[in-house]
Amino acid sequence: MIGYALRRLVALVLTLLAAALVIFLVLEVLPGDPAAVTLGLNASPEALAALHAEMGLDKPGWLRFLTWLGGLASGDLGLSYTYRVPVAQLIAERMAVTLPLAVLAMLLAVLIGMPLGVLAASRRGRIADAGVMAFAQAGLAIPNFWFGLLLVLVFAVGLGWLPANGFPGWQAGFGTALKSLAMPALALALPQAAIIARVTRSAMLDTLQEDFVRTARAKGLSEGVTLRRHALRNALIPVVTILGLQFSVLIAGAIIIENVFALPGLGRLVFQAIAQHDLIVVKDLVMLFAGLAIIVNFAVELLYGLIDPRLRQA
Amino acid sequence: MTTRRELLAGAGLAAVATQMPAIAFAQAKDAVTIGMTLEPPTLDPTSGAAQAIREVTLQNIFEGLVRMDRTGRIQPCLAESWEIAPDNVTYRFKLRSGATFHDGTPFTSEQVKFSFERAVAPDSTNAQRQLFTPIAEISTPDPATVVIKLKQPTASFLYGLTWGDAVIVAPASAAGNKTNPVGTGPYKFARWNRGDRLELARFDGYWGPKPALARATFRFMSDPQAQVAALQAGDIDANTNLSAPEAVAQLKADPKLTVTIGRTEGETVLATNNAKPPFDNLKVRQAIAHALDRKTIALGVYGFDVQLIGSHFSPLHPAYVDLTGTYPYDPEKAKALLKEAGFPNGFTCTLKLPPPSYARRAGEIVAELLAQVGIKAAIEPLEFPQWLERVFRNKDYDLSIIAHTEPLDIDIYARDDYYFQYKNPAFKALIARISGTLDEGERNELYQQAQRMLAQDAVNGFLFILPKITVAKAGLEGMWTDWPLPVTPLAELRWR
Repeated sequence: MIGYALRRLVALVLTLLAAALVIFLVLEVLPGDPAAVTLGLNASPEALAALHAEMGLDKPGWLRFLTWLGGLASGDLGLSYTYRVPVAQLIAERMAVTLPLAVLAMLLAVLIGMPLGVLAASRRGRIADAGVMAFAQAGLAIPNFWFGLLLVLVFAVGLGWLPANGFPGWQAGFGTALKSLAMPALALALPQAAIIARVTRSAMLDTLQEDFVRTARAKGLSEGVTLRRHALRNALIPVVTILGLQFSVLIAGAIIIENVFALPGLGRLVFQAIAQHDLIVVKDLVMLFAGLAIIVNFAVELLYGLIDPRLRQA
Repeated sequence: MTTRRELLAGAGLAAVATQMPAIAFAQAKDAVTIGMTLEPPTLDPTSGAAQAIREVTLQNIFEGLVRMDRTGRIQPCLAESWEIAPDNVTYRFKLRSGATFHDGTPFTSEQVKFSFERAVAPDSTNAQRQLFTPIAEISTPDPATVVIKLKQPTASFLYGLTWGDAVIVAPASAAGNKTNPVGTGPYKFARWNRGDRLELARFDGYWGPKPALARATFRFMSDPQAQVAALQAGDIDANTNLSAPEAVAQLKADPKLTVTIGRTEGETVLATNNAKPPFDNLKVRQAIAHALDRKTIALGVYGFDVQLIGSHFSPLHPAYVDLTGTYPYDPEKAKALLKEAGFPNGFTCTLKLPPPSYARRAGEIVAELLAQVGIKAAIEPLEFPQWLERVFRNKDYDLSIIAHTEPLDIDIYARDDYYFQYKNPAFKALIARISGTLDEGERNELYQQAQRMLAQDAVNGFLFILPKITVAKAGLEGMWTDWPLPVTPLAELRWR
């Protein structure tokens, strides 16, 4: 087992290194000069040269690559070209918005999607089932930014219950901050809830065919208990797998939703950094996302190894 | 299906119910929240060209020796008065007494010398370094006097001192201004939630009259619909320049809001590569000028009338002359000119467009208008960094659309190696003469000559002036209508 884990670990480090090289090269080839973006149309060549030196852009590419890599290894992500503050600080600030937003959206998606899926499966072919399936279709078809605008129109412009957009920060109080996240989280959650409802429904339908469900019913358990304790528990495995996969989709969806709701999260940071050619932030963020994906993969592979002993020899 | 109007009508009732506490609060209102499209990358106007930096800091946190007022006139600021010696190169500024920086450092002539010398130092990253290069020497006979001697008479020198690049900073705090700005202005930096909002507080030690509002918040929303929603929901009290022109009619109909359409210094041009065939041919450029139906272009972009231009000059300046009639819209004439130039069947070229929506929208219409006279312009959208690299720096383009937002920047046509590649010695000589002419009447005369020369040479397709769409809550007074300089002086705001 330890040998297996070590082999996977070496592969993980090599993959991260390869990812770093690819990201660096791609951004290197991309035309554009961060100093020119900062200084605008009237910049003198002297000022550009001075800013190049300040940003470290006057050094050769290989040296910048090694400096960046060394920084990553020691936890120093560098200084943002546009904001002129440490990238680590920027990411930490933005994480405090995106992470709660994603978790909240996930929670809402599960709370909406799972009961609907169970309901649909238990009423298969009847009106409730058709209703849930229609909801699932609509939830997948409606773009989440449009749904977000609709929410704003009703709850902010019309009813005035919630702020239209923005994020006052956690220091403004938990309730106030949560209010700002409510609509974006709901907008993000809608397509997820639709997917979860569909997956739950089909998984439930499969397990409801199983012998143990018939046995449970036969021994006189009520329908609700049968569904909850026996069928749903066994149907959870595919649902949980989907949840894991959807988390990265949520982060991607956050890029659009954070712009619609003017939330200062990681998605908006990526968007702004690309638009302003803040290459160091782009590089660090892409590494962060790649690293997260690779690490999740790694964890899953380790789990496989635990489950299936044959894989450890591979 | 419920229409949006029904939805809003139903929502309106609910809004009335929630307005009661808002009215009670309004009586003691001494704060304002202002929406902006772009967030400033840093808060130091002396090391970056971003307009957003100026919008929030200039005349609020930082001040220059002189400032520009809302009509475009130069007013005293940190300099109480000044005189220009008969030699036309010696400026003597009498400085304001009693002004201090937000950290308590008293304002003296030493900081003026420091600020301007820092701007031209070899390691300076000032985006408008050329404002300071005419300076030969700065002397400080006493703490309240600065004498600046120029290398040669430079008519625009004082004007340039109103810009954000020329604000006065203190040696001890200058390096930290990007994230913790310390100036002499009526408002001091309080807090910055990057990506969301910037908070300023009234500076009690300000040398001038006490501003009406104690606190001000700038909020940043890049999405146009988000701006409209925040205005309608009352989350923000005003917007400096709305980026959703399509929402203007809807917002105008809202009795809680006032909408004004003002002008800026942003000349929007169909930039043309004058060195590249066939655009080096005056007849081709004239044909393009005749093909451009400015009114349709501007209406297509904004949906309402904006100021059209016939040369590279803003009507906010007294020397402006209307030259939109130089080459009026006339597709037949355009075709004839193309034929004379040797292109009876037109030609193909590219139209490279930067991201702003005015450029992308105008680009579609311009391409269609050009196609009508036989010029097939293939649209190529570019991100801004790529636009800067390919079009602006490498001049690898045929046509492009961009607004030049720097005030009074007609001199860019006299620059060597500028991306229009105009290269006209007569124009260069004219700009040099303007720079040496300190008499205002005479100078304006020359400015008009320069405008005519550019219009007749059809250097670029001159389209329209970027409008400033200001939306404010009814009751908020003092927002600038026009933008002779992109600033939002908070000290001029008050609630009625």
